[in-house]
Amino acid sequence: MKKGVSVASASTEKKGRGWFKEEFGNPERRTAYYMVLPSLLIIVLVAFFPILYGIALSLTDSTISGFGSFIGFENYTDMFQDSDFGEGLYNTVIFTVVSVALEFFIGLGIALAINRAFRGRGLVRAAVLVPWAFPTVIAAVMWRLMFQSQVGIVQYVADTLGIISEPILSSRTLLLIGVILVDVWKTTPFVALLLLAGLQVIPGEVYEAARVDGANWMQRFFRITLPLLKGAILVAVLFRTLDAYRVYDLFWVLGNRELASLSTYVYEGVRISQLQFGPGNAAAVFIFVTAFLIALFFIRVLGMRTSVEEE
Amino acid sequence: MASATTTKGAAGRGTLNSVLFYVFLVSFVLVSVFPLLWIFKMSIVTKTELFASPPTILPQTPTSESYGTIFGDPVFQQALVNSTIISSVTTVICLFFGSITAYAIARLRFRFKGTVMTLILAISFFPAVAIIAPLFIQFAQVGLIDTYASVIITDTVFALPLTIWLLVAFFRELPVDLEDAAKVDGATTIQAFRKVIVPLAAPGVFTTAILTFIHAWNEFLFANTFLLEPAKQPVTVAIPNFATVYTVDYGAQAAAAVVVTVPLVILVLIFQRRIVSGLTAGAVKG
Repeated sequence: MKKGVSVASASTEKKGRGWFKEEFGNPERRTAYYMVLPSLLIIVLVAFFPILYGIALSLTDSTISGFGSFIGFENYTDMFQDSDFGEGLYNTVIFTVVSVALEFFIGLGIALAINRAFRGRGLVRAAVLVPWAFPTVIAAVMWRLMFQSQVGIVQYVADTLGIISEPILSSRTLLLIGVILVDVWKTTPFVALLLLAGLQVIPGEVYEAARVDGANWMQRFFRITLPLLKGAILVAVLFRTLDAYRVYDLFWVLGNRELASLSTYVYEGVRISQLQFGPGNAAAVFIFVTAFLIALFFIRVLGMRTSVEEE
Repeated sequence: MASATTTKGAAGRGTLNSVLFYVFLVSFVLVSVFPLLWIFKMSIVTKTELFASPPTILPQTPTSESYGTIFGDPVFQQALVNSTIISSVTTVICLFFGSITAYAIARLRFRFKGTVMTLILAISFFPAVAIIAPLFIQFAQVGLIDTYASVIITDTVFALPLTIWLLVAFFRELPVDLEDAAKVDGATTIQAFRKVIVPLAAPGVFTTAILTFIHAWNEFLFANTFLLEPAKQPVTVAIPNFATVYTVDYGAQAAAAVVVTVPLVILVLIFQRRIVSGLTAGAVKG
């Protein structure tokens, strides 16, 4: 991507296929391609090729054991008419919007609060990493035990305080609230950590200067902190949004297979039920395309810069 | 950490602020670690105490009974072995391919570097569930279902972006002069990489290895898709199934959860400083 570095070869560069010669005639550059090739090859083979295969599957009446014939968009119309898909989509959207919003605002609050020198910094950092290191599935198992109606501490406290009147695990609404809370518990610290790292590279002098100019707390936050933090915020929110959008483990295990998300709908269709293979594949393509659009939105519309084009 | 100066002005505001600050910190730390502590408590109490209402706060009569149950279970033993094999092999493969690729990206100049990095980054946004059906069909055709290889292949692909990203950040921090010196002395690019970069980058590579290992250890979707035979399943697939095996033995379920989490927590606590700098490396530069 960089220009003007290799002066010698740049002077001899010709139009058209000149770059090809330049790239592969130069031993150092050729080595570079050899070095990135193995990784690219497995990524293309194991991720990008299957998605093309998946698109093909979704347009046919295939089953798990055999490739079928072309049927157009029938699987997609079946999928959109399936109430289970509707429920999965609804749950996924609610889950993504609510959990990412909570994680962002709480995470930002925590990052702002701990962005200073204080005793016990190490302890806080350690505590932050504990939920993050948990396997999601195990976190789900643990929280399921805590939501449990006989031995669950959360159920007991909620009962005692009179907040809820029914068992958490048998109500879909409460389960959805439950998975959101578990996700917030597990990922907010990580968001805080990313934002804190972003805060720490803002030079202190900028704030000094603003203070000298008489800027108050609000002005400093909205005029300095937020704009300078934009990069870190977009990275954190995009990562979290796409992660939440493809949620599978948490719903499958905490909801004991009864709480639907888009991903559990796909899994159910292609791995459990024999009859739903077609709509399951359609939903798989649906997730892929929508996730791609979300990423595109962040990068193009919100102007997120990936560190691809750094230095 | 240098930003302490910005809050100096507020120090005069007195002790109330700092008391509030520490109250906030303590509650934050408590909320983060409470579930682990509570599940640990559930795993060491007797069955009677487990079902006591109101629940006891501190364990009255600690017992290792639940751990006896879980470690005596051949399915759990096998699952621990399976998880260890899958995660270790994935980590080694990722480090091998990842370090070669990361070196080229960090150090060498080539035209399509941006495209290559976008492709790699795209994987971390990729919804894995979208390819389980096609992969299942392909793996079935070549007889990979119910083998470690199926999960190792998929885990490798999805852990690679993380591995490469971290290694690129670490490699960039190393001084270029040393490699140039090696090349002046007649070393090839590959030799400069092996003899100079690899030893110098060891701490960064080690941190990357830990994070890749955790990634593979925590993986669930692929394992739950390609490994149908209990003898091949890792802990992430085996433990949720315990809910049906040990229906009311909640203590045993809790013990299993503690056993597979504690090693990770210890690993993370020992290397926390490095892990934090690794995890945040990509985000702040953007």
